[in-house]
Amino acid sequence: MPIGAVIEFTSITKKFGQVTAVNDLSFTVEPGRVTGFLGPNGAGKTTTLRMLLGLVAPTSGTATFGGLRYRDLPRPLHTVGAALEAASFHPGRTAAHHLGVYTIAAGIPRTRVAEVLHTVGLAEHASQRVGGYSLGMRQRLGLAYSLLGDPGVLVLDEPINGLDPEGIKWIRGFLSSMAAEGRTVLVSSHLLSEVQQSVDDVIIIAKGELVHSGPLSSLDTNIAPQVIVDSPDRDALIAALTEAGLPFTSGRTGLIVAVPDPGRVGHIAFAAGVELNALHRQKAGLEESFLALVEGGDSL
Amino acid sequence: MNLILRPVAAEFSKILTTRMWWILALVLFGYITLLAGGLAALFGGLDSGAITPDAMNAGGGGADLTSLGSVPLLIYSFASSVGYVFPVLLGALATTGEFRHQTLTPTFLATPKRGRVLGAKTIALFVVGAALGVVGLAASVGVGALVLGGFGVDPLLADGETWALIGRTVLAMALWAVIGVGLGVLVPSQVASIVIVLAFTQFVEPLLRFAATFTEVTADIGKFLPGAASDALVGESFYALTSPGMAVLTSWQGGLVLLAYGLAATVGGYFISWKRDVT
Ligand SMILES: Nc1ncnc2c1ncn2[C@@H]1O[C@H](COP(=O)(O)OP(=O)(O)OP(=O)(O)O)[C@@H](O)[C@H]1O
Ligand SMILES: [Mg+2]
Repeated sequence: MPIGAVIEFTSITKKFGQVTAVNDLSFTVEPGRVTGFLGPNGAGKTTTLRMLLGLVAPTSGTATFGGLRYRDLPRPLHTVGAALEAASFHPGRTAAHHLGVYTIAAGIPRTRVAEVLHTVGLAEHASQRVGGYSLGMRQRLGLAYSLLGDPGVLVLDEPINGLDPEGIKWIRGFLSSMAAEGRTVLVSSHLLSEVQQSVDDVIIIAKGELVHSGPLSSLDTNIAPQVIVDSPDRDALIAALTEAGLPFTSGRTGLIVAVPDPGRVGHIAFAAGVELNALHRQKAGLEESFLALVEGGDSL
Repeated sequence: MNLILRPVAAEFSKILTTRMWWILALVLFGYITLLAGGLAALFGGLDSGAITPDAMNAGGGGADLTSLGSVPLLIYSFASSVGYVFPVLLGALATTGEFRHQTLTPTFLATPKRGRVLGAKTIALFVVGAALGVVGLAASVGVGALVLGGFGVDPLLADGETWALIGRTVLAMALWAVIGVGLGVLVPSQVASIVIVLAFTQFVEPLLRFAATFTEVTADIGKFLPGAASDALVGESFYALTSPGMAVLTSWQGGLVLLAYGLAATVGGYFISWKRDVT
């Protein structure tokens, strides 16, 4: 069983001329977990991943797998499997031939080609020219390429783009099972909701800078929670809250009180003799939390 | 050893799993067949009308015969003197295709040492260029000799010099493919590369070579033009016929000049495009 290596970014920076695409980014990605690498369009996700894979030279800083730069890995495809967003195929080559070329280059047994095509659900299209592939099929072929060497580390740039609902469900389960086997799985996306169900950790960047990293649950606490409360006699409730000096706004399903503790709101209502038919704590959605983080600066 | 053998094998696989190589081989064969067969028929026809095969075999006769003696070799040299554009195109397509279809990404992921990939491509294209040379010769020698023989002209196939020319032609075609690889990394835009190949080989260089014959100084420079160097390597050419007395390099000098063009373009292209960010 391949063991995942720790991915480590250290102060990595990339400037394209005047544009700073990635600025002094440092974070680590642990094996045995699915890590979501999130940020809005143009945040620098693809650039960061391409630097990790030695395709783009960093202006400064390093990115390593277990301490080794990609180009220093003795058997790169056996260690790291990567699928990047751009469709990288010769349209006139069949899927099997496309993969075959790289098994030769990396010294991987040819039998892996049929295996990985089967895994990603392309077995029937193995001898079809890639030029005729749909977006989702190309995405799957890219994933098949990343699996050729049965690597301990997977680096996938927007792997969910273009997949149908069945494909999305499949890849979520697939990523989780890869991580459960002890592999390192780093998946980028511009939508938290896309990966939310399968990621354990999140790294969030905006404008090339790190804005948050930690377990998915850490996003929860980022926005102060609120209490939703409602009464058959809403006017009485409003009077009681105003009396107690709690800030609130009116929402569709009740009053939104800007305090974290439902007990406190319940007590005020009880003391004022107001009947309640709703009282709960509202967690800000992860998505709102994510949006608040990436829109921290001036938005795109 | 695997470090270079594997990338070379992968580069062969890239060429053989797309259609371009046999399309070019087919067109090359057809084109050279037409030219070599046509010219052989022309000379054969003239020859058979003028003198008998017996007289020729006996070696008797005047100036006509000695000049005719090199006609078969001239026809055979079409494989490279006319066909060289095909290996250049294949080499240029092999490199520019990687940029165009963004296959540099999976290529460099599998073999992160980029210089090794370019070296492997050069080696693979050298061999495939040689194979195109064999195809061109199958047309120029195969068809040419057949037609000459049909008119009763000695195709000189028993002659050692003929086989030496065949060998040098294969080498020239191999070197042209290497030049194509170099051009492809110098000018990674596929369209631009193809336009340059066609314009240079079909128009610019023939004109330059012709113009260079006007003065001695330019002739000394003109002999270093890649097409002139190639013809010098092969040792026979249609151009030598149209511009007699033109300055030429020796065969091995021609080969070295051609190799120098290929290597210079490849090394230059490595720095200009191959080493750059793949985004
Ligand atoms: N080759 C390049 N030359 C110049 N600028 C570039 C280049 N590649 C990327 N950039 C710039 O770097 C920034 C980050 O781009 P990048 O593709 O890494 O973003 P991303 O997070 O992957 O976005 P998306 O979600 O749209 O894929 C952008 O401002 C982009 O314009
Ligand atoms: Mg991107």
